[in-house]
Amino acid sequence: MASLREFDTKLVHQNTYVDKVTGAVNPPIHYSSTFHQTAFDQFGAFDYSRSGNPTRKVLEDTIADLEGGTNGFAFSSGMAAISSVFMLLSAGDHVLISQDVYGGTYRIVTEVLTRFQIEHTFVDMTNLDEVTKGIQSNTKVLYVETPSNPLLHITDLKGVIEIARANGCLVFVDNTFMTPYLQRPLELGADIVLHSATKFLSGHSDVVAGLAVVKDAELAQKVGFLQNAFGSILGVQDCWLLLRGMKTLSVRLQQSAKTAEKLTDYLVKHPLVEEVYYPGLTSHPGYATHHSQAKGAGAVLSFRLPDRECTKAFVENVRIPVFAVSLGAVESILSYPATMSHAAMPKEERERRGITDGVLRLSVGLEHVDDLLLDFEQALGKALLVKKETVNHS
Amino acid sequence: MTNQHIETELVQIGNRSEQQTGAVNPPVYFSTAYRHEGIGISTGFEYSRTKNPTRALLEDGFAKLEVGEQGFACSSGMAAIQLVLSLFRQNEEIIASDDLYGGTYRLLQQYSESYGIHTQFIDLNNVEKLESAISGKTRAILVETPTNPLMIETDIQAIAAIARKHHLLLVVDNTFLTPYLQKPLTLGADIVVHSATKYIGGHNDVLAGLVVAKGADICEKLSAYHNGAGAVLSPFDSWLLIRGLKTLSLRMERHQENAKKLAEFLRNRPEVENVLYPNKGGMLSFRLQKPEWVPLFLKNLQLITFAESLGGVESFITYPATQTHADIPEEVRVSRGVCNKLLRFSVGLEHVDDLIGDLKQAFAKIVQEELV
Repeated sequence: MASLREFDTKLVHQNTYVDKVTGAVNPPIHYSSTFHQTAFDQFGAFDYSRSGNPTRKVLEDTIADLEGGTNGFAFSSGMAAISSVFMLLSAGDHVLISQDVYGGTYRIVTEVLTRFQIEHTFVDMTNLDEVTKGIQSNTKVLYVETPSNPLLHITDLKGVIEIARANGCLVFVDNTFMTPYLQRPLELGADIVLHSATKFLSGHSDVVAGLAVVKDAELAQKVGFLQNAFGSILGVQDCWLLLRGMKTLSVRLQQSAKTAEKLTDYLVKHPLVEEVYYPGLTSHPGYATHHSQAKGAGAVLSFRLPDRECTKAFVENVRIPVFAVSLGAVESILSYPATMSHAAMPKEERERRGITDGVLRLSVGLEHVDDLLLDFEQALGKALLVKKETVNHS
Repeated sequence: MTNQHIETELVQIGNRSEQQTGAVNPPVYFSTAYRHEGIGISTGFEYSRTKNPTRALLEDGFAKLEVGEQGFACSSGMAAIQLVLSLFRQNEEIIASDDLYGGTYRLLQQYSESYGIHTQFIDLNNVEKLESAISGKTRAILVETPTNPLMIETDIQAIAAIARKHHLLLVVDNTFLTPYLQKPLTLGADIVVHSATKYIGGHNDVLAGLVVAKGADICEKLSAYHNGAGAVLSPFDSWLLIRGLKTLSLRMERHQENAKKLAEFLRNRPEVENVLYPNKGGMLSFRLQKPEWVPLFLKNLQLITFAESLGGVESFITYPATQTHADIPEEVRVSRGVCNKLLRFSVGLEHVDDLIGDLKQAFAKIVQEELV
């Protein structure tokens, strides 16, 4: 096989898989928990499907290749991937982590890792001085999400990686929002890339999955050990569906990002919209940093309406986007962080971080942009009426 | 909501169909039978051959895309053709394009031998020939446009006018262009058939056929045979087709963009005699200068898969002479232009530079090996 230069080609050819026996273009779904062993004292590449499965291996090799790593690991959810790799740490170790990290990761770090005496400090990762100050003698991991959720704050990956190197720490990057199509943290020096593959990688709102990728043999051995020991592996049917979803990753993300840009342009000009959060806007404070480390702005944006009443009116009248948690799908998904992703956070803490009752997050899907614009126009119109009523009554 | 763009309709197929949980994706109903609350009371579902909730979403969604009244999901593209052929009786006649998919040709020959339903294969772009071929026994015209593998386009509206004048059914195989690029029912056709294995499924992993019809009488007949003969699509494959449809517009755009660039590239290669591309869709054919180059060329392809079928994310090159059209006698085949130098190219979603790179190295090896 010729070396595949272009990302799009790699996506379609799934790490050059060809079934040797039948020539099948797609890998079979290997529903086999165990494998015949032909030699008495030496096992083959596969012995038990928790340790390794041929269908899962195609997926793991593919994501490793796409992220510029050496080894991939598939887990039963994004959180299974994240919590499994956190188990690389031992009692007495310390994690420095983004203060606006995803709520599920926040929960594991604050409620589970603490039970194993693994400490943590939340910092503003966008501020490298704070990152440096946060490093302790027992800090082993710097944990980053960029862009962050839901306000799309940008962390300078190279800056954080440099600080980690100087202090002998590993850097874990959750690359869910960008995918390797737009951003490859391993190539910038990160040690582990994590994914909720439920989102853009799978892309069809139908598979729950997680992935981890490393580029170092020793780390690969350790993550592989944990994956096999804990066993929160991805089932073969879901491995296959995820591979299928990844074949259209570049076309999906390109299209959704294009639509996201147009929606952003529209929202910025709308009188009811107070703020739009999207790293594709030149006014975004992280614009330059983001574009120095990623190929595009992606398909997730957030925006702020004046208050809860306007937001409620908008959500109740908007028709095309699914009002739901999750993101990264063919369908546009509208989320309300105040009661969804950040419900666990006390109101004042949440508002201090800018996640007010008027903030909505939109994951842009593949609908025609004109249909979405028309839908937003009518729903924002209804919300505008609510605002006028409130003003008249006060 | 009315008058949405096809991109929006595509991604929303099946969404908002599930009322109990709000699931964005419809569940796969692996249930062969459905409970009755009492005698004469039905949920609309009785036995999955007749109607299955997952298959119904596909059939209704696809009928809407083709702007028809009813859709029928079948276990393969040929099962879909067979469903359409169920409309005809002994001593009735069909007129079909003389550049037709080999599997359809084979089935029509068999219908002629076994059931006395005869087909005349003619050049449908020759209006005089078409008019003179129509007799009192003729019941339908079967069109593929663009044709396979010669990529000849037929004016559906023009044929529809002739069909209407003679009270014939117009059946269009829309596999190559899909409703994203061509909607035959809006141009006067009565029935659209698809090998949904191709662009509709799009990932080279599902075998399926679709029929969409308009007119209550035809839909009722098709419905009865679909259930009666039972070559229906399984729930899981129906679900995978829905999943495939969600990216149809993006895939077709990229297939077409790549195909246009490759047609241009091939036209400028000395190894290529000519390129057949109607400037739309993702399928093109080309002839090498010498038939003896074909095996060398195919053997040396490293990225593009030498395989039958088309319409998937991966690029395929097919050799009609021994693959899709092997069932047509050689002299008939060659006289129709499907010669031994002809290759059919289903252009995939790879980066176009990688595809061009693969073709270049395969062409280079032809020259090298020929010198040896």
